[in-house]
Order: sequence, then C-alpha cells, then structure tokens
Amino acid sequence: MDGFPILSVMLGVPLVAALVCLFVGANGARWTALVATLANLALGVVLWLNYDVGGAQWQFQESQNLFAGFKYALGIDGIALMLIVLSVFLMPICILASWESIQKRVGEYMAAFLFMELLMIGVFAAQDLFLFYIFFEAGLIPMYLIIGIWGGDNRIYASYKFFLYTLFGSVLMLIAMLWMANQSGTTDIPTLMQYDFPVGAQTWLWLAFFASFAVKMPMWPVHTWLPDAHVQAPTAGSVILAGVLLKMGGYGFIRFSLPMFPEASAQFVWLILGLSMAAVIITSLIALVQHDMKKLIAYSSVAHMAIVTAGLFAFNQQGLEGAMVMMLSHGLVSGALFLCVGVIYDRLHTREIDRYGGLSINMPRYAIFFLLFTMASIGLPGTSGFVAEFLSLMGIYEVSSVATFVLTTGIILGAGYMLYLYRRVAFGEQKNADAAAMPDLNMREYIMLTPIAAAVLWMGVYPESFLAPMRQDIAALDARLARAEPAGDAKIEAGPPREKAANYIEYAGDHGEGHESEGEQ
Amino acid sequence: MSYASSFYFTMPEIILAVAGLALLMVAAFAGKSSARLVTILAVAALFGAGIFTTHLLIDPAYSLGGDAFSGVYRMDAFGGFTKLLVYLATIGCLIVTPRFFGPSGEYRPEYPVLMLFGAVGMGMMVSAVDLMTLYIGLELSSLASYVLASFARNDDRSAEAGLKYFVLGALASGILLYGMSLVYGFTGATDYLSIRAAMDGGLSGGLLFGIVFVLAGLAFKIAAVPFHMWTPDVYEGAPTPVTAFFATAPKVAAVAILMRIALDPFGPEIGSWRQIVIFAALASIVVGALGAIGQENLKRLLAYSSINNIGFILIGLAAGTQEGAGAMLVYLTFYVAMTLGSFVAVLMLRDRDGNQVEKLSDIAGLSRSHGALALCLAAMMFSLAGIPPLMGFWGKFVVFQAAVNADLILLAALGIAASVIGAFYYLKVIKVMYFDAPAEVVEGKSDMAHWSVLALTTLFVSPLGFLLTLWLGDWADRAAAALFFAA
Repeated sequence: MDGFPILSVMLGVPLVAALVCLFVGANGARWTALVATLANLALGVVLWLNYDVGGAQWQFQESQNLFAGFKYALGIDGIALMLIVLSVFLMPICILASWESIQKRVGEYMAAFLFMELLMIGVFAAQDLFLFYIFFEAGLIPMYLIIGIWGGDNRIYASYKFFLYTLFGSVLMLIAMLWMANQSGTTDIPTLMQYDFPVGAQTWLWLAFFASFAVKMPMWPVHTWLPDAHVQAPTAGSVILAGVLLKMGGYGFIRFSLPMFPEASAQFVWLILGLSMAAVIITSLIALVQHDMKKLIAYSSVAHMAIVTAGLFAFNQQGLEGAMVMMLSHGLVSGALFLCVGVIYDRLHTREIDRYGGLSINMPRYAIFFLLFTMASIGLPGTSGFVAEFLSLMGIYEVSSVATFVLTTGIILGAGYMLYLYRRVAFGEQKNADAAAMPDLNMREYIMLTPIAAAVLWMGVYPESFLAPMRQDIAALDARLARAEPAGDAKIEAGPPREKAANYIEYAGDHGEGHESEGEQ
Repeated sequence: MSYASSFYFTMPEIILAVAGLALLMVAAFAGKSSARLVTILAVAALFGAGIFTTHLLIDPAYSLGGDAFSGVYRMDAFGGFTKLLVYLATIGCLIVTPRFFGPSGEYRPEYPVLMLFGAVGMGMMVSAVDLMTLYIGLELSSLASYVLASFARNDDRSAEAGLKYFVLGALASGILLYGMSLVYGFTGATDYLSIRAAMDGGLSGGLLFGIVFVLAGLAFKIAAVPFHMWTPDVYEGAPTPVTAFFATAPKVAAVAILMRIALDPFGPEIGSWRQIVIFAALASIVVGALGAIGQENLKRLLAYSSINNIGFILIGLAAGTQEGAGAMLVYLTFYVAMTLGSFVAVLMLRDRDGNQVEKLSDIAGLSRSHGALALCLAAMMFSLAGIPPLMGFWGKFVVFQAAVNADLILLAALGIAASVIGAFYYLKVIKVMYFDAPAEVVEGKSDMAHWSVLALTTLFVSPLGFLLTLWLGDWADRAAAALFFAA
C-alpha cells in the first residue's frame, strides 16, 4: 500500500459519483450510487486488511500544502479505522433502503448521500484541526437538504432545528480551535494530542468543544433536535444519522476533549456522569410512552449515547473500549432498527405502533430480524450490545458506583421499552387487516438486513476482531489520561483478614441437639 | 518626485478618466444606439486599468510603492489590491446590465460612463494619503452613484432610491468633512503622515471629536449600524445591477479608506477608536441578522445581509493588526464574489412578462423549474451563512482568527454566535427554493452574460476556491503590510 493515497481515493470516489448522479436519470443515479458505495466498501475492506495492528499509531498518512492556514492532511489510527469501516459498511445499505421509497428527485438525493459519505470519511480521517472542522460542519448541508426535501410532514421545522442547533454548537468550537492553533503554533491533530495546554485555559476550551460534541452526540438536555430529525428524515437518513453522524460527537470527545484537555476532562467528570445518568433514565422513560416507532428508537439512541459518554469519561481502558464498541454496536443496531421500521413503513406508510400487531404471523422472517436487533439493543449476551454495555459499565464502576447503578437501571428500562415495542408490533392479535396483509421481506430487504445481523453477531461473539485495531490507541489515550484520572469511589481496599470464613457457624451447643433437629425433619 | 513617475503611478486612474471623457463624447454624439459599444469599451478600459494595476502590483521594482504628486496619492500594494477588486466588481456589474434593461430602451450609454467615473473616484479614494484627495475621490464616486440609483427614470422606486441616497449620502459627506476639518484644525495637516506624527504626541478632546466624526461619516458609507438605515430602501429601489454595484465596488472602496485612515493616521490612537469599531461590528452583525428575518423582498434581504457582512469585516479592523487587515481584504474578496453572485442570480429571476421577480415567495420551488439557478443561489446563501466548505466560511475564518490572535476572544465568540442568527434567514431562502411547493412565477431563459458572471462567482465560492487561498492570502498579506509600512 506504499504511496497509494487510499484515503484520498475513498474521498474521491463518492465525490465523483455525486457529481455524476446530478446529471443522470433516476435509475442511473441509483446504480451509480450503489456502485460507488460498494467500491468504497471494498476500499474500506482493503484499508482494514492493510491496517497494521500494533504498528505505527498513525497509518496511511497523506499531507499536502494546498491551502492557506491549514493542511490537507489525512491519516487514521485504529479508532478512526473502525468508524470509517462502519460508515462505508452502512452506506450501500442506505442506498438500497432508498431504492424504492425515494421516487422524487432521485439524482439529488443520491448526490446528497454520496457527499455525506465523503464528509463522514473526511471527519474520521482528517489530521488537521481545521480540515476536521470543515468536514464536520459541511455535513450540515446535505443532511439539511435530506431532511428538508425528502422528509415527513413536519420536515421544515425539523430541518431548521437540526441545522441551527448543530451550527450553534460548532461555532464556539471554531473559536476554541483558533485559540489552540495560535497558542500551540500548529494545527496538526497528532501533535496537539500531545500538547499540554495551560490548565486554566483547558476549562474554557473543553467547554467550547463540549458545546459542539454534546449537541452532536446528543446529550441530554440538548438532544431535542434528534427525535424531530429522526422522525422526519427518510429511512436512510435516519440510518446514517443514527449510525454515523451521532458517532462524530463521540469521536470528537475521544480525539479532542480527552487527549487535548485531560485536566479539564477530569474536572468535568461530574457533569458528564450527571448528564449521562439523567439522559438514560429520562429518555428511557420517554421512550416507554412513545406511539411513534421512530421516535422510540430515537430516544433509545440518546440513552445509548449516554452510556458512550459515561464510558469515555471513565478514564480507563475498559470504559474507553466499551464506549467505542458501543458506538460501533449502536451504529449497526439502531441503523438496523430504523431499517426495520422502514420496511413496514414502506408497506403501510405509518409509524404509529398501534396500527401494527401480530406481524410475526404474516411476516415471520421480518419478525426474526426485528427480534435479533431488539435483543441486540437491549444487550443480550451473544450480541454486540452486550459486549458494549458490559465493558462500559465495568469501566464506569471504577469511577462511580452510583453512576453505574443508575445507568444499569437505564438498561433495564431499555429492555422494558424495546420488549414492549416488540410485543405490540410483532406479537398479539392481528388488529388491522391491512397490516395483516403485508408481505414478508423481499430480496432487497434481505440483502440489507443480513449483513448487519451478521456483523451484530460477530461483534457479540468475537469482539476481539474489532477491539484489536483500537487497543493500542486506547492504551495510549489511557496513558495520556493517567495523570488526571479522578479517584474512583469503588476502589476495593484490602482490610485485615477475618479470622474465619464469612459463613462459619459457631457450634455452641452439644451434638445431641443438632442430631435431634436433624431427626425431626 | 518627477511628474513622469507621478503619472506612471496614477496611470490606472488616468486610463479610466480619459476613457470616461472620450466615451462621454461618443455617447453625446452617437446617442442611444451606441450604448452597447460604449459598454464594451468601458469594460475594455477597466480591464486595461486592471492590467496596469496588476503590473504595478507584481513588478518587484514597485514592491515598496511610491508617492505621487508630492504625497497626496500613494501607489502601494494595498491600493492595488483593493483597486483590482473594485475594477472586477465594476466589470461584473457592467456585463450584466445591458441585458437587464432589455429592449425596452431604458439603457443609455451614460450608464457605463458613470460607472467609469465611479471607478476613477474609488481608485483615488483607496490610494489617497491626504484627506483632500480622499474627499475628492469619495465625492466623484458618490455623485456617479446618486445618478445611477435613479437611472430607471420611469420607475418611482428608482427615483426615490436616488433621492434618498443623495440626501443621506450628502449628510454623510458633511459629517465626514466636519470630522476632517476638526482633524485638520487640531493637527494642522491634511496628509496622513503629518496627522500620524501629531497623533503620536497625544490626543486632545477636539481631535477625538474629529476621529469620531470621520469614523461616523465612513460608517455611513459602508452602511454599518447605527448608520445603516438607508441601505434597505436604496437597495430595494435602485435597478438590480446598480444595487449589485452599490453592494460591491463602493463598499470595497469605503472599507478600504476606513482601513487606511484607521490604521495609518489614526493608528497610534487605536485605543480610542477600537471600542467604536467593536460596537459597530457587533451591532451590524445583530441588526443585519435580525432585520433580514422579516424581509419578503430579496433585495432588501440582501441589503441586510450586506450590513451583516460589514459587521464581520469590522471585526478584522477591531483587531487592529496586520493580520486583521489582511483578513479584511480576504473577506472583502469573497464578499464581492458572494454579493455579486447573489444579485446576479436575483436579476435573472423574471416572470412570464419579463418583469423582475423580487419577492421571496415567488421563488418557491425554484429548484424544480430552474435547478442550476437554484443551486447557484443556494451555494451563495450557504456561503453567506459561512458554512464550510463554501468560501464564505473562509472569510469568516480568517477574520475570527485575526480577532482571536489579537486577544479579542470575547468579541470573536459573540460575533460567531450571532452569525448563527444570520444563518437562519439564509436557510430560509434555501428552504423556500428547495422545500416549498413550486410557485411557478419564474419563467424564461436567461442570458449568457448573466450565466457567465454567476458561474464564475459560484465557482469562486465553491470548495474549489480553497485552492486559491494560498495565493490570495499572500497577496492580502502584502497589501496589509503596505498599510503598516509607515508604522
């Protein structure tokens, strides 16, 4: 792979395809988009296979002095690699999901999605502070158009809300970045990750970055754009939003907030844990009472993302690994759940839970997939969700047992709303004749759901494949954070040993008594 | 200081002035039918002046600049850079005008001649290093502008716009002149070098008044809050190509003289005027953003947008550094491209009968019927909102970078937070074009001249523009360095 600019090629393929899509007809655009995203998937696989686990921290680096003030610098570590693979994996599925449901302005739609792919890969691959910002912010444009043009009834409100919320979050980050570049004299992200900013300034910088990433993530209480955007976006839009865009917030924390401002991060652990606890409980309770399937899954996303933030700020290897696996797992699972909603929405054109019922009778295959993803969302052992939740909670437990208790309660609530959703949709009576008449999955839908199901099981059974590339980078981050690590409340201290075992019973009386009672029984 | 070198340095103005006078004769004798020819020759003259300016700019022999006519006019990189911007904006506006007026016969050869005289005045403004030269240049360009504003004689709105522009412009000139007289009275000089030397000795109350009045007069010219009230009315009433002209070339020239005055003669007293500039900057950003939200007329909306943009440009001035000055020039370059592009897009909107369409509701669903036009306008709007990867972002970026590096972090944070308000109405335009049901008001095809200007400006603000940033940044730095040459 020496010298072959694979990351640039991965950016170039969707760009070219997007431009082509604007000029060809509806069917041409569909096929162009599919071929381009599959090509990028192939490149992503090549990237993964050629990634040297245990090698240099930054690989596939490219750098060109094309612009004033910042560089065109790309490069990835294990964390970025996994997120890029997630993006390119979900993209062809998104294109397939829109194959029939999008009928108006297909060329523009596909172009918007391909631009989206370009920007997502760019965010994860950028090695220059401002290049990252440009990719990060530019994502607003295609997503705004996707929600606004192809969205549901209330799409305009949702698109404004999405755009202005995320823009406001990001602009303050830009000022912080400008200050950092001025202070440190470099815009190179790997260098900045080792740069020690003054502790007093870190607080402000951290808050500015937090404003952006918390909105993107989204954390309670700035999550309110998410349910609106999700509900109004077309299925594929929701998939990409939940699958990848939300991960940009988590990626931001792990790439910027934690390594660049370790002291400030430690200082704000209470804030992150507090918001995460609030998010898990509140949004889970909200999810319990939803009538709209997409809204329910959107709120569950907020709850899952809260576990990611808590895991990230656990300041230890397990927490960070758990947060990363949670991001990957949630990307797959929530994406798949939105696809499952999309499948029946395409048939009945409603997201109202009460309009469905007993789908396991007429759509048994659909019900199996839906069940698998429901279980993965709950975190059943054997699925990716279990690995994610277990690792994160284990990490968080070292910092705060209270937080772990609350977050675990959230997981129980999660099981509640997901199972309740599944019961109402798939089990019970076939209340509505039109829902009962829906055909089972077709070939296209199989092709969409099977790869995700396989990935979910793979990640659940053998997470090592996904953890191995990231381990070294997470260890490096953990070492960087060590100096600021907050003292946990659950550290086990060895006291003086007891004289006797805990279950030791004094035999005070004579043998006869014991014998007697034995005899009575 | 020989006359030969003086003439050589002022050659761009001489070319334009001679061309203007000659074309005036052509217009007077050949009449209305010569309008097209006069326009072409005027564009050629502007190109000639531009080429000569470029020559002075890039020839290393003139890299230090030089004074002409015993120090009332200075040829330097700063003047050259801004003059090129002025000429390009004027050329852009001239190219799109004849087709705008169409066959109705309202287009007359005086139009390009007035534009030329305006360009002469603006060239003198940006190169002036003496208050008198500055004032003469300013009045020459203003007088041409007043006539242009009311050029559509049969249109009441145009006449009203011209009158308003004249009355308020005259008031602004009066304020400026009063400020200049105070400065002269308290420093005893009209040339920048002596004023600067006098300022170094300290600030008297009268001189402070002078500074405030000069800045207020210039704030009128650049339409910074609180002297912005005339802008929406004039922009709405004037014929669209003239509005495009007002929003670009004279703005560039006015910002340039503001920069030169503030940083050169008033430079030692930055502490006294910085708070004024900071207030004007933040107020312009906020008023420009809030004022635009309720607008139904596209031209009024763009007028508020230009007020908003001036606010961002002034943030670079508030920094008061060479970096800030360079950032302002970069911002101005993108501002010219975005403004010109948006106005050209607006003037391409016509209904079935060939009348101008200016209402926001009339462009509903434009993306369906006129996809390319809607795409260009959407790019302009996203760019004006400062969303990367469009180049409007880069303008804001360099300005805020200068402010942060000058330790004005709070100003930068407030300014950028207020830019989110501005994003709302730019988004509204895109929403109307892309999300709403088609209103089917806009009809008909547009002309090649319009398309070429629109395509060029769109390409410039598109992500491809990033490839120009190295080169543009270098030139802007050189130009800014020329301002600080004396310091």
